[in-house]
Amino acid sequence: MPEPGAAPVIDGLDQAIIDCLQGDFPICERPYAAAAGALGIEEAELLARLQRMLDTRVLTRFGPMFQVERMGGAFVLVAMRVPDEDWDRVLAIVNGFPEVAHNYRRESEKSCDFNMWFVLATETPDGIDEALKRIEAASRLPVYAFPKIKEYFVEMKLQVRR
Amino acid sequence: MNVELDEADRRLVQGTQAGLPLVTRPYHQLGEQLGLPAEEVMLRLQRMLESGAIRRIGAVPNHYAIGYTANGMSVWDVPDERVDELGARIGALDFVTHCYHRPRRLPEWPYNLFAMAHGSSRAEVLGKVEQIAALLGDDCRAYDVLFSTQILKKTGLRIGG
Repeated sequence: MPEPGAAPVIDGLDQAIIDCLQGDFPICERPYAAAAGALGIEEAELLARLQRMLDTRVLTRFGPMFQVERMGGAFVLVAMRVPDEDWDRVLAIVNGFPEVAHNYRRESEKSCDFNMWFVLATETPDGIDEALKRIEAASRLPVYAFPKIKEYFVEMKLQVRR
Repeated sequence: MNVELDEADRRLVQGTQAGLPLVTRPYHQLGEQLGLPAEEVMLRLQRMLESGAIRRIGAVPNHYAIGYTANGMSVWDVPDERVDELGARIGALDFVTHCYHRPRRLPEWPYNLFAMAHGSSRAEVLGKVEQIAALLGDDCRAYDVLFSTQILKKTGLRIGG
């Protein structure tokens, strides 16, 4: 799992591929050939570079990004305040839930002690409440759900930094 | 807001959750795996893109690997009656990747507006947070920035099964 600081080497062409292919990948018979043409490279080169970047975890995925809520599923951001001395126990419990899709340790610039932040993803909205109750019972700590009331903007496209 | 997905759509979702096959004709390969004609795979994907069930198709970079080592979740306490207008303005800033109205959890958590900012250093992210603070002006009653220090789990989403 990549941690801050572990950055595999990518060259200028990798960079162009990442910057160009964060969306609008064609739906046609030979989409990689079409995308490669737009980048001025061969299809085989694009395929090889995508495979290498997936292998070295420069890319976490290549493919469709689904919007779970539009498909009837549910998603919620959840936080916990986990004391340091209890960290390992609680982490094992939380990560053991298959509904936990992402989990990040965070530290506040001020003195806020909400330090474990994860996303629950379930097939139905009811599944969220059940998972929250089970995590609370297993960890014996309160969990704080932050469902989105309104989404103003989501566009996770970042240009490569050199 | 929900999109009806039929059984073939769900198979397509499951078949592409790990990613699109890296072969010259990926939609044809998917069709063979799922027992659907390639034309139908392409039509269904196009329809899911149009309905929003698929946000986009493409590369998902690991932020750390492409130079974004600082990821700050800025959280703001703004008046509820102003949150929609302010959220729209903050969401329009070019460095904000996600912006949401979320509930407060009083008394521990007074913040109702969340905006994610990425950068190459904490200093850069904090500079961006200052721009948000300037935009909010007196509407900002309190704020904080929570930087991620460790990825504890990242499995991606799993739907269907």
